Amino acid sequence: MGDLFDILMTAGFWAATIRIVSPLIFGTLGELICERAGVLNLGIEGIMTAGAMAGWMWVYQGGDLWTGVMFAAFIGASFGLLHASFTVYLGVSQHVTGIGITLFASSLSYFVYRMLLPSATTPPKIEPFQSVAIPFLVDIPVIGPALFNQSPLTYLALLSVPVVWYVLYRTPIGLAVRMAGENPMAVEAQGIDVLAVRTGAVMAGSALMAVGGAFITMSWFDAFYFGMINGRGWICVALVIFASWRPQKALLGALLFAGLEAMQVRAQQKAGAVIPYQFFLMLPYVLSIVAMVVMARRARYPQALLVPFRRGERH
Amino acid sequence: MPVLSLDGITKRFGSLIANDSISLSLAKGEVLALLGENGAGKTTLMNILFGHYVADEGVVEVDGKPLIKGSTEASIAAGIGMVHQHFTLAGNLTVLDNVILGTESLWSWKQDLSKARKKLADMSAQFGLEVNPDAMVGELSVGERQRVEILKALYRDARILILDEPTAVLTPQETTSLFETLKQLTGNGLAVIFISHKLHEILAVSDRVAVLRRGAIVGEVETAKADRNLLAEMMVGEEVSRPKLTAHKTGAPVLEISKVNAAGEDGVQLLRDVSLSVSAHEIVGIAGVAGNGQRALADILSGLARPVSGTVRLLGEPLPFGNPSQIVHRGAGRIPEDRHAHGVVGEMTLWENLVSEDLRQPAVSKWGVVIDKTHAVKRAEEAIEHYDIRCEGPFQQTKLLSGGNMQKLILARALAREPSFILANQPVRGLDEGAIAFVQTQLLEARKRGAGIILISEDLDELLSLSDRIAVFFHGNLSETFPSGSKTVPEIGLMMAGQSSEPAGERANAV
Repeated sequence: MGDLFDILMTAGFWAATIRIVSPLIFGTLGELICERAGVLNLGIEGIMTAGAMAGWMWVYQGGDLWTGVMFAAFIGASFGLLHASFTVYLGVSQHVTGIGITLFASSLSYFVYRMLLPSATTPPKIEPFQSVAIPFLVDIPVIGPALFNQSPLTYLALLSVPVVWYVLYRTPIGLAVRMAGENPMAVEAQGIDVLAVRTGAVMAGSALMAVGGAFITMSWFDAFYFGMINGRGWICVALVIFASWRPQKALLGALLFAGLEAMQVRAQQKAGAVIPYQFFLMLPYVLSIVAMVVMARRARYPQALLVPFRRGERH
Repeated sequence: MPVLSLDGITKRFGSLIANDSISLSLAKGEVLALLGENGAGKTTLMNILFGHYVADEGVVEVDGKPLIKGSTEASIAAGIGMVHQHFTLAGNLTVLDNVILGTESLWSWKQDLSKARKKLADMSAQFGLEVNPDAMVGELSVGERQRVEILKALYRDARILILDEPTAVLTPQETTSLFETLKQLTGNGLAVIFISHKLHEILAVSDRVAVLRRGAIVGEVETAKADRNLLAEMMVGEEVSRPKLTAHKTGAPVLEISKVNAAGEDGVQLLRDVSLSVSAHEIVGIAGVAGNGQRALADILSGLARPVSGTVRLLGEPLPFGNPSQIVHRGAGRIPEDRHAHGVVGEMTLWENLVSEDLRQPAVSKWGVVIDKTHAVKRAEEAIEHYDIRCEGPFQQTKLLSGGNMQKLILARALAREPSFILANQPVRGLDEGAIAFVQTQLLEARKRGAGIILISEDLDELLSLSDRIAVFFHGNLSETFPSGSKTVPEIGLMMAGQSSEPAGERANAV
C-alpha cells in the first residue's frame, strides 16, 4: 500500500496520466458524437491511425504544427464522410462498414508513409508540440506540474469536453443530433434532414478521432510507428458505453483508464521482481471490464443506435 | 376558398397503386374524416400531404398556393401538422426538447428555453392540453404523449392538423377528452383531417366523411346525413356483418390460473396474483390498455416465459412452463399478438409455417427426424382450401401474404389439433372487415365445439360482442370477471384507467 501511495504522490504519475488521457478524450468524444446521432463508428481505430500519420507527415513535409492538426482533422472528416455515405445514405451494416474503414484507413496510412519515405529505416522525427506552463498554477505541488505544464493539444482535449457538452445539450443542432439517435422519424417530422444531421455528426466525430491520433505523433511522441494506436480506438468505443453517452462521464472514464495505465508502468518497476510484468499490463483492461459491467448495466442506449433511416419508404 | 385542396393525387409502390387520383378539399374549422380499411391508402395520402412521400401525380394546394413536394419542412411552413399513428417522439428526451426541435435555426449558438417553456405553457393552458414540459416523454402515458404530439403541431402554428388513427391507443375516457380538445381547436379555426376505421368515432367527431377503398375515393357524405350501416357499406363495398355470440352452456374448466406473479427482466412486477378460470364452451375476454399485463400473461400461457410464483392447470394437469411444444401438444392453441414476430417465419414458405408446431409428430415427419414433405404439403393444401387462404400455393413465401391471410394461416395451424384451450391475443388487430368476420366466426366455432378461449383485445366492442365473461387488466392486476353486458363501456373504461367502476355510495343511490 505504501508503494501505491508513493506513486500517487509523484508528479510524474499525474503528468503521465494526463498525457495518456488526451488522445482517449478526443477519441471518446468523437465516438460519442457519432453514436449520439445513431451511428456506431468502428472506423475509429483506423481513423486515429490516419490522423496520426497525416498530422505527422504534414509537419515532416515542412508544414506548421497547428495546420498539421487541422489537416489530420480534415482527413478524419473525410473518412467520416466515407463511413456516412455507406451507413447513413445506403443503410449498410454499421459494424461491417466500420471495421472496413479501420482496415482501409490503417493500411492506407502505412502505404502512404512507405510511399513518401521508402528508404527510412529508423523512423524520422519532427519537432513536436512543446509543453506550455500556465503561470502560478504550475507551482501547486504534485498536480501543478502535471496539469498545468502540458502540451497545448492536451489543453484543447480538456477544453473540448465542456464544448461538446454545450453543443449537445444547449444548442439546436445538438438537440437535432441527440434526437436523430433516439428517433430519426421525429427529426424528419419536424422538417429537418435526418441524413444530413447524421452525416455531419459522423464527420465531426471522425475529425475529433483523427486529432486524437495526431496527438500521439505530434505531442506525445515525435515519430510515426506502425501499430502505434495499439487498440486505443477500441478503448474509446468501450469508454462511450462506460460514459452512458455523456461527455462529462467520458472524461471521468478516460481519466480512470489513463490513471490505471500510468499506474501499471510504475507498479511494474516497483514489484516487477515478485509479480510477472504481464499481470500489470493486463490490469487496466481487467479493471475497465469490471467498471464497464457495473456502469453499462444502467446505460441508456440511444434508441436508434445502429438503426438506418430511409426516407419515403413504407414503414 | 378551401384551406387545403388535393387534386388528382396518385402514388404507386411498385405495381401497387396506393393512391389513385384522389381529390379532396378542406375548409377552415372543419373536421374531415378519412374512412377506410387497412391498406386503403389513408396513411399514404397523409404522408404525401406532410412531405414524407412524393406523389407520382397530382397537386396539393394550401391557401391556393401549390405545396413543394416531398419536403416536411415546406409542409410545416405551409401550416400542416401531423400526429402520426406511431408517435414521432424521443422517449429519452424531455417534452420541451421534443416540441422545440426544428423551431430554431440549427446554426444558432444558444436556445431560448425559457421563452419556449412559456409559449408551451400558455398553449397548454389555452387548449386544455396539460403536460409537464420537463417530464421525460418515456415516462408519460400514451394519452399524454399524444397531447405532446398535438402541442408539437400547434407550437409550429399548424392550421391544418392531420390525426392518423389517434384513438387506436387511447382509453375511452382519453378518447372523449381528445374529442373535446378537437372541438375547441376547430372553434379557433383549425382544420382537421381525422383518419380512422372506427365508425362510431367518425360519426361523433366529423363534419364530413370521405371514404377510401383500394386507394380511391368511393364516396363523400355529410356526417349529419350518414349512419353506421351506410358508412360500413361504403368502406367495405358490400354488406358485412360480424358474428354474434349465441348462448351456450359452459362445461368443465379447461384452464385454471391461480395466483400467478410475473416479473420482467428489470425486476418490475408485471403480474400480481392473477387468477382466472376458463371453462369449455366459453370465451373469457381480457380488456385493458396495452402494457398492463396482457403480454406477460400471454407469454406464460404460450410457453415463452415462466412465472415467479403461482400455478396454471391445463385440463387439470400443471402447465409445462417455458415449454411451448409441450403446451401445444397438451391441448393449447395459440394466436400470438404479433403475427410477424411470433406467428410466422416470413422468409419461409406457407407449408413450412403450417407444420412448424408438429415437426416431431409422426403425421409430419418420419421417426420424428425426416420431414415427410409430400404429406406436409398435402396438409398445407387442405388448410389453404379449408381456411380460404388467398395465396399462390403452399410454396409461396409467407411474408408476401396480406395480414388477413397470414392470420388465417395461424388460425389453421392453431386449430388443426382441435385444441381444448385457445389463447387469442389481439386476433383481429389490423385486419379488414372481411377477415375480422372470418376470424371471429372461427373462434365462435371452436367455442361451440367445446374449446375454452381467452380473448385479449384492446377493442371493447369486440370483447363485448364475443365474450361470455370479461376481466380487466390494470398495472398487473386482473379484476374479477363479470358477465359481458353487465357493465357499460364507460364503466369498463374506468376500470382500464385503474379506478373502480363502482364508487360505492353513488352506485347504491343510483340503484
